[in-house]
Amino acid sequence: MDYQLIVPYIPNLRRYARALVGDRDGADDLVQDTLERAVRKFHLWRPGDLRAWLFSIMHNVFVNQLKGRKISPSVEIDEETIAAHVPTVDSVDVLDLERALVRLAPEQREVVLLVALEDMSYADVSKALGIPIGTVMSRLSRGRERLRRLVEGEPARTELRIVQ
Amino acid sequence: MSREEDLKYADLTAAIKRRFDPILTEPIPARMYLKSPRWIDYARAAAVLAVGIAIGLAVPMLKPAPQMSVAAVQLPIRAARAHMVYSPEVRHPVEVDAKDQDHLVKWLSKRLDIPLRVPVLVQEGFELLGGRLLPGLDGPVAQFMYQDATGKRLTLYVTPTRKGERLTSFRFAKEGNVSVFYWIDDECNYALSGEVDKTTLAKVASLVYKQLES
Repeated sequence: MDYQLIVPYIPNLRRYARALVGDRDGADDLVQDTLERAVRKFHLWRPGDLRAWLFSIMHNVFVNQLKGRKISPSVEIDEETIAAHVPTVDSVDVLDLERALVRLAPEQREVVLLVALEDMSYADVSKALGIPIGTVMSRLSRGRERLRRLVEGEPARTELRIVQ
Repeated sequence: MSREEDLKYADLTAAIKRRFDPILTEPIPARMYLKSPRWIDYARAAAVLAVGIAIGLAVPMLKPAPQMSVAAVQLPIRAARAHMVYSPEVRHPVEVDAKDQDHLVKWLSKRLDIPLRVPVLVQEGFELLGGRLLPGLDGPVAQFMYQDATGKRLTLYVTPTRKGERLTSFRFAKEGNVSVFYWIDDECNYALSGEVDKTTLAKVASLVYKQLES
């Protein structure tokens, strides 16, 4: 195992994790668990796309954490936590973006963020998340659209219900 | 990728990057370098980091010999990353232009402390643009850049082989969109990278190989 190979990717993993999880400690825990797992599983990696491999590990850890409810999905983080992170004047926009992100379904959030932050192709995302390319495309377009609506303050489309 | 879709959401993508890119340059918590207790004072991170790296270096030695040397595993990754950084450069793709090829070769040979040769790849349609000096894992690296008529670029990453380093035959790796052919002979580590398909790159790589190993 050569941990040094992984080190250059830590900043990218942290950036993605922060956007994915929302809060700093939760995100760094996700990164830490990912790194530990990558170290344990390093013998399974074949020289190839190390970035995709690391992100696929992070995806698995993230899914497990969601199941274990270590991270609560799609729950709004409280205002104080966010305010503490972004004390800048233009925090209105940033607040909106972060709040909007946590409101996205985790599986949409993953795809949107991998494409936006890592500039991944559909094929890369498909590899990292272990889902078909068609699914990547539909999650991306739905996720982006929903995020745009949330950021622009348009009410998210709600399900129509027949009321008697 | 659908261009139209990407354009439609360009602002959103930019906003996401603007918000989270600063994290890339945040100092990495010491605990991430190795498993360490969470109570470690971040002010002591630098010291812990140094110890972490030392342990990180020592640990592989305790393990049974891997199939490939560390250098061989790292070579394509480093070469691909260098390719990704410099090949999109419009104004400064190289430090020394091919016009000054004599100077380029002399300079890089001197810095790497090994006589370098620059392969001629015209028969595969690639002309030398020039080269630059890069920092490697434990010393300087030379990067030569080539370009074809369509603007497609290839880079050749060359670094001296360390004493006792295991030699590696011709191998292929893929990092993101970058394909890499690499090999290690008793003089140098070589890696040829490009965002081209494997067959095209293989042709050029075998030409490089032939010229350098003859």
